[in-house]
This record gives sequence, C-alpha cells and structure tokens, in this order.
Amino acid sequence: MVDHDAVTHVASLARVNLDDEEVEQFAAQFDDILSYFETLDSVPEVESDEELENVFRPDEVCDGLTQEEALQNAPETEDGYFEGPTVS
Amino acid sequence: MSETNAFITRTDIESDDSGPLDGQTVAVKDNISTKGVRTTCGSAMLEEYVPPYDATVVSKLKDAGATIVGKTNMDEFGMGTTTETSAFGATENPAAPGRVPGGSSGGSAAAVAAGEADLALGSDTGGSVRCPAAFCGVVGIKPTYGLVSRYGLVAYANSLEQIGPIAPTVESAAQLLEVIAGDDSHDATTRETDATYADAADGDVDGLTVGVPTELVDGADDAVVEQFEATLDSLCEQGAETVEVSLPSVETAVQAYYVIAMSEASSNLARFDGVRYGPDTEAEGNWNDSFAAVREEGFGEEVKRRILLGTYALSAGYHDKYYKKAQDARAWVRQDFAEAFESADVIASPTMPVAPFERGESLDDPLQMYLADANTVPANLANLPAISVPAGETEEGPVGLQLVGEAFDERTIIRTASAAE
Repeated sequence: MVDHDAVTHVASLARVNLDDEEVEQFAAQFDDILSYFETLDSVPEVESDEELENVFRPDEVCDGLTQEEALQNAPETEDGYFEGPTVS
Repeated sequence: MSETNAFITRTDIESDDSGPLDGQTVAVKDNISTKGVRTTCGSAMLEEYVPPYDATVVSKLKDAGATIVGKTNMDEFGMGTTTETSAFGATENPAAPGRVPGGSSGGSAAAVAAGEADLALGSDTGGSVRCPAAFCGVVGIKPTYGLVSRYGLVAYANSLEQIGPIAPTVESAAQLLEVIAGDDSHDATTRETDATYADAADGDVDGLTVGVPTELVDGADDAVVEQFEATLDSLCEQGAETVEVSLPSVETAVQAYYVIAMSEASSNLARFDGVRYGPDTEAEGNWNDSFAAVREEGFGEEVKRRILLGTYALSAGYHDKYYKKAQDARAWVRQDFAEAFESADVIASPTMPVAPFERGESLDDPLQMYLADANTVPANLANLPAISVPAGETEEGPVGLQLVGEAFDERTIIRTASAAE
C-alpha cells in the first residue's frame, strides 16, 4: 500500500517537489503499477552469462568543451564558474 | 506551428559534404544533440538548452550530404507512447487524423508520413521508433544495441536505448542505418562494422523461416491480427515458411522493462538540477530546496512519475524485490530469444497490439499505456535488432509488422521486411 507519506518520502529522495494533487494522484496510481511489477516474483532463475568484453582505448589528451561552451547554458555564472545555491 | 506539429524547431542545416544522402532532407528527434540548435527533449526543463556539440549521428548525417530540416516533437525525455507528454503540444497522425502518431518519436514518424522530411532519426528505448512507425504507416528500425553510437543522445535508459532510422520504405531506412552505424570512440558500447544494409532490401525470402510467438499475437486486437496474418500469408507465397515459437518470458517483459527504464531514468535525470542548464527559478533556500523546485517546474507529470517509481524501486529494502528481479527477467527474455532462433531466422508479431489511440484516450491511465508496449520491449531487453514495416490498415489506422532478428543480423530483418512491403 503506497500512502501519501510514502509518495512524499520518495519525492524528497528524488528531489522533486509535488503539489497536493500530484501526491494524491501518484499514491493511487503507484499502488496499481507496483502491484503489477510484483508479478516479477514469478521469474525463474536463469543463467545470465553475457559474452561481453571490455573495450579499451589509449588514454590520450584531446580537445573537450571550452570553458565558455561548458557555461553557455547555465542560468547563472560568476567568474567562469557555475553559480549554485548554498550547499547547506 | 504546422497542422501536424511534427517539429519543435525548424532548421535548414545544409551540408558542405557529398555522400549517400545528397539531396535528402532529414528530421532529427529533439533528444539528439545538434550544435547551435536547441535540443529540448520535449521538456520545459530544456526549452532554452543549446548543445555545444553535435551527436555522432548528426555529424554522420552532415558527412553523408543530408540537409537537416528540423528537430522533431517527442514524449518528454522519451517517456510515452503517444507524443502527448511533450511540453510543446501533441502531434497529429497524418495517416490517422484525430489519433496519436505513437511515441515517443512521434514527431519523426509524422514528419516522414506527412512528407515534411524524406527521412528521420528517432530513438528507441522500449519501442519508441517502432511504435510511431507502425501508427504512422512508415518503416522504423531499432538497431542491435551497440550498432549505433549514443554519443549526444540525451540519456533516458542507457542500457536499453538505440538511435534508429524512420523512412517511407525499407530500403531508404536501411540506407540511413548504413550512414549512422559504426563504432565511435565517444561510445564504448559501439562496435566496428563494415556491413551494408540497403542492398539487403532485395525481397528474397525463399527458404526463410519466420517464427511466430503466440504470446505476442494472442493479446492483440482481432483487426490487427487479421492484417498481421495476411502479411504472413504473403511472405509464405514468396517462399518463406512460418513456425510456432514460444517466448514464455514475455509475460514479465513489460514489468522488467519499466522497472529497469524507470530506475535508470531516476539516476540519469538527476543531472537536471538547474545549475548547468534548466530554467532560472527564484527558489529560496539551500541546494536541496532549489533543486526540488527547479525539477517541479521543469518536469511534466509522466517524467515525475517515472523518476519517483525508479527512485522507489532502487531504494533501500526494495532493490532486490524490483530491480534485481527485473534483471533476472531480462536475462530470461534473452535466453528465450536465443532458443527461438534455433528454429527461426526472424521472429514476427504485430508491432503494436492495438490501432493508434484517439488523442487524449490514454493520458489518465499510465498502466494501460505501459501495457501497449508489450510487443516492442522484448527486443530492447534482449539487445536485439527489430524493424516495423507497414502491414495494412484497420478502420482505425495503420498496422505494423515487427520482425526481430539475431544480434547484428539487421540484414535478415531488412530482407524480410522488404518482402512484406
């Protein structure tokens, strides 16, 4: 059973604010969706050996984005840095 | 805004180079980065975002002589089956007016179906190229995982998604696949290939075995199945034979797909914090408050729903119950396909079990919308190539035939699809 508190808790873990209407709607829908997901309990054990190989390349210096390019989409910058909110 | 609303941004990026796409116009899904041209992912979060670099597939289009005519509408961050979750409005289905074009690459398929572009690129995480191709009556290919570079594709669920072509014919889709395929030092999951694809569209299915899994046919609407079976009959008249195959694992494929995709999304979309890009909000408070406020404003309902469900599935106490089980289900799907390919060259089903929905029909019930992906998600879970090719129409709109092939055997599904055209 997913109640309002559970939705609010997950929303805070995911750092997404929700309004009251969304909390109510999600609580109702999540019950349906999660009980559907619970049918995964019936999945048998299978061998899951994948034939995968790591792909390596030489560690060579090459051009990346310039500082200007990296900052061009930021809402706020200062002295060539991203400007964010206070940390604590 | 055109009547179709296939494009979020129109462009006229002409190429200085000459190649196999000379004179061809291509529409590019708006989650594929284009240098200097905004790339929104259909989201208010990225309404003003202008990438400082081209995706590898975009560089390849330019090298091949193509003209890029616009960035196409899509479900927000690829999360949807109707293109209705876009922050830029719904897209019309040119092949079935009043109905959705499918999704999430609905703008790309609609642009091709309406003749607003010769070809298009979409991305397919759980059917997002094949579904709109089926609903709009055009051809779409989901390549084998690793055939096409994902560099510059804004990630939704990395372990599942591939960029793929949408085109009016199998041969032109195969031609576009040939242009975008190949290894890329920016995407370590790609691998080298010198395969050609356009020449595989020769219509020769003599002696080919087509496997038909009852699990993916039984759940489909009668009118859809009727068109599907007529198309199989036509393949048999051309020398193919059909065999029944069994894929019991598909019963939990949708659940596995959504748990994995939502979990990956909850992690991938953490980057949208309003610092490096995103809307400038006036939120007060510390980092967490500001982060949560930007995400409330920038994300639409479906994106919030998937981020929250993904966060839930990965949270302490639930990881083993959902995420780990979903990985087991994924391995089971892969094993089932491997067994099916012991008796069949390709595996056929309707691409979508239903005709295109009426617009607005599915918005209220997310679970019903997720279930519509039943036939497309298995190929993503198994990393296999799949194509959707038009297979007649019902009164409600076009039907697609889906053909799934063995890993890196795009040529066989292209050949089979070309015989079904």
